[in-house]
Amino acid sequence: MTVEWSDILDTGVAPTGPPDSGPVEEGEKKGAFRRLRESLSRSRQALAEELTASLFDRVDEETWERLEEALILADAGPMVTASVVERLEMEVDSGSVAPEGDAIRERLIEILAEIARLDGDSVRPIDLTARPSVLLVTGVNGTGKTTSIGKIAWHLSNEFGLDVLLGAADTYRAAAAEQLAEWADRAGAGIVRSQEGADPGSVAFDAIEAGKARGSDVIIIDTAGRLQTQGSLMDELGKVRRVIEKQIEGAPHETLISIDATTGQNGLRQAKAFAEAVHLDGVILTKLDGTAKGGIALAIASELDIPVKLIGIGEGLEDLRPFDPDQFARALVGSGE
Amino acid sequence: MFDQLSERLQSTLAGVRSKGRLGEEDVDRAMREIRLALLEADVNFKVVKSFTARVKERCLESEVLESLDPGQQVIKVVNEELTDLMGGSGRDLAFVDGGLTVILMAGLQGSGKTTASAKLAALLGRDGRKVALAACDVYRPAAIEQLETVGRRAGATVYQKGTEADPVEIAKWAVDLAREEGRDVLIIDTAGRLHVDEGLMAELSKIRKTVKPHNILLVVDAMTGQDAVSVAESFSEAVEFDGVVISKLDGDARGGAALSVKAVTGKPIMFASTGEKLDAFDRFHPDRMAGRILGMGDVLSLIEKAEQQVDADEAEELQRKMASEQFTLEDFLKQMRQVRKMGPIGNLLGMMPGMGAMKQLKDVDVDEGELDRVEAIILSMTREERLNPEIIKGSRRRRIAEGSGTRIQQVNNLVKQFGQMRKLMKQVASGGMPDPSQLAKATGRQARPRIRRR
Ligand SMILES: Nc1nc2c(ncn2[C@@H]2O[C@H](COP(=O)(O)OP(=O)(O)O)[C@@H](O)[C@H]2O)c(=O)[nH]1
Ligand SMILES: [Mg+2]
Repeated sequence: MTVEWSDILDTGVAPTGPPDSGPVEEGEKKGAFRRLRESLSRSRQALAEELTASLFDRVDEETWERLEEALILADAGPMVTASVVERLEMEVDSGSVAPEGDAIRERLIEILAEIARLDGDSVRPIDLTARPSVLLVTGVNGTGKTTSIGKIAWHLSNEFGLDVLLGAADTYRAAAAEQLAEWADRAGAGIVRSQEGADPGSVAFDAIEAGKARGSDVIIIDTAGRLQTQGSLMDELGKVRRVIEKQIEGAPHETLISIDATTGQNGLRQAKAFAEAVHLDGVILTKLDGTAKGGIALAIASELDIPVKLIGIGEGLEDLRPFDPDQFARALVGSGE
Repeated sequence: MFDQLSERLQSTLAGVRSKGRLGEEDVDRAMREIRLALLEADVNFKVVKSFTARVKERCLESEVLESLDPGQQVIKVVNEELTDLMGGSGRDLAFVDGGLTVILMAGLQGSGKTTASAKLAALLGRDGRKVALAACDVYRPAAIEQLETVGRRAGATVYQKGTEADPVEIAKWAVDLAREEGRDVLIIDTAGRLHVDEGLMAELSKIRKTVKPHNILLVVDAMTGQDAVSVAESFSEAVEFDGVVISKLDGDARGGAALSVKAVTGKPIMFASTGEKLDAFDRFHPDRMAGRILGMGDVLSLIEKAEQQVDADEAEELQRKMASEQFTLEDFLKQMRQVRKMGPIGNLLGMMPGMGAMKQLKDVDVDEGELDRVEAIILSMTREERLNPEIIKGSRRRRIAEGSGTRIQQVNNLVKQFGQMRKLMKQVASGGMPDPSQLAKATGRQARPRIRRR
């Protein structure tokens, strides 16, 4: 049932096995997975405090109130929270869900996973089957675009044996290209960059030309962080996308937004504005290794029909995972395993 | 949704007015709306809970003022409590007289520490202080290069030892160097860290113990959700920060996190970062933040002004007069002065949410001079003339014109217009007259939804 890398990354080739040639030591690797388990159990634990086992022992008004509280504290937002609780309450009232703890909890997880999943049972993979494929990464400042790109590049080159080229179209933030160059180095990817202040559209153009020339499989374009309210910068992003569209038919094949899991209700506005400017295929939900639960992803999925595809759970190369709706829902509700 | 808080409160509480006091049920209905609005603004759930409890209590106690409708009455209470919670006009940084002042910056990854450090350096530099920055983020790739670039732009010196050195050592070395070089301020930029990262939190606490900074600032992203509280609590435990910098306030986040952090830690919000440019950084104004969280622009201060200026009984009397065409120039003068007491008409327009954002209105030039002229003309009349404008003929007109420094033509126009206005008023009066409190109400009702739908 768990979502694997090969489920979420549709690269057109089979993975060449688990990453083994990377700079990550065996010990560190274990560390990474332990961290994932720990961080998930941390989220669980935090919510479990709200949703103690006894919560569902007796089903009454307080049960629903505390359920509401738990969802709000997870940043799911008042709208999603109200509709989920209402639905669950109705199902219990009508008898379709037994009025006892385990049944309600399991049904709640199902409902939340359903909202997060969007497409019934299947996941919408990141489509990188074209050659070359172009992946465009956008989002607000500091949400984790560059870091996530480094991690994705590492997976693509180490797990799938693909040639990856990064385009440093963040020409705005000081030392942004240096930061990306360091990730390119760690991931074994190439990089195309220009000076600070250069036109981001032309950096994207150069990166794609270079990628075509050297026969790269995947080209990932990093962009400068911007607030969704900065009209001219949003227009500029639209321009970058149009430059890419003109160079390769069907490109960018995938456009992602990174959203910080600690973000509250503003995350919905972010996703909406970026979707309008560049059309979004998915979300990278970063920094889930903290105590924030990232419930805003539910609001984004339900209101904008944009699914989470990847989650960030740390700053290391391995700290990016395919999004797993069931696991996410379980972590939100904080129930057993 | 939330943009219409004031509208929703007004419709929720419609009909309450006649009772003169808000009943428990009315208040509960209002509290539901407020709770929703605050949650939409990311105010922490627990803070909302205790906040609404307090507001409820006050609403139950208070009389519904005659000049306000119950919805506005509730908003007023909410605003007062919010501003109160946000803290007075926050304290400033502590400076060492004639020596080196050390400021330590802390926060989550991506919260905007490096930018805030440079902006603070620029702000203090503008105050005439010699500022240096220390680069203690040895973890994030190219963090040092970033600080060097923005620090240079801010006109500050950047001390760095590369990524191999230990952050605690760098901090200590930088403090010594700054002292040696006779700097006034040293700002220490640290790596972003999750509050659950024990190793890094210990490192931060060690930096604090080693260099004993005079000010520790926590940088919090305005877009932070419910987690802001646990973040602030953990940082407070590790380094006991003195104040908060709220970043990215130039976006459209309501910034409820700011309120939560203040409510939970009691630490003031000292600075707000509001844009890309180095100078988009300023001392924080708690009162403005309350309106922002509620999404109502300055309609609150408008309500307050209207409330101060308008005596409800007087308004009723006026309405009666208008209905019977007994409205005189004396009444007119009084009315006009009441409105003008609230401030220049142009400012009032700007205060109304939505109006400020509407480009056309920015160009509307309310002719204050014209209003002055009208006032002067009326003041030059005798009381008898003001009560019976019909008697203003020939020589009286000349005298009034001379007295007010206007032309006879202008006096004529005023008298004529007033006559027309009085007729018009009679027709309108049955539907209520536009006294200032209703003006505020009307704009609160229509303008707000408009801004957000841009
Ligand atoms: N703890 C944690 N930190 C992250 C994660 N993703 C990114 N970061 C950190 O967040 C900060 C901003 O990331 P960056 O990639 O520069 O953001 P960008 O401005 O969107 O490109 C950096 O300090 C990263 O190390 C994550 O999943 N977990
Ligand atoms: Mg970046």
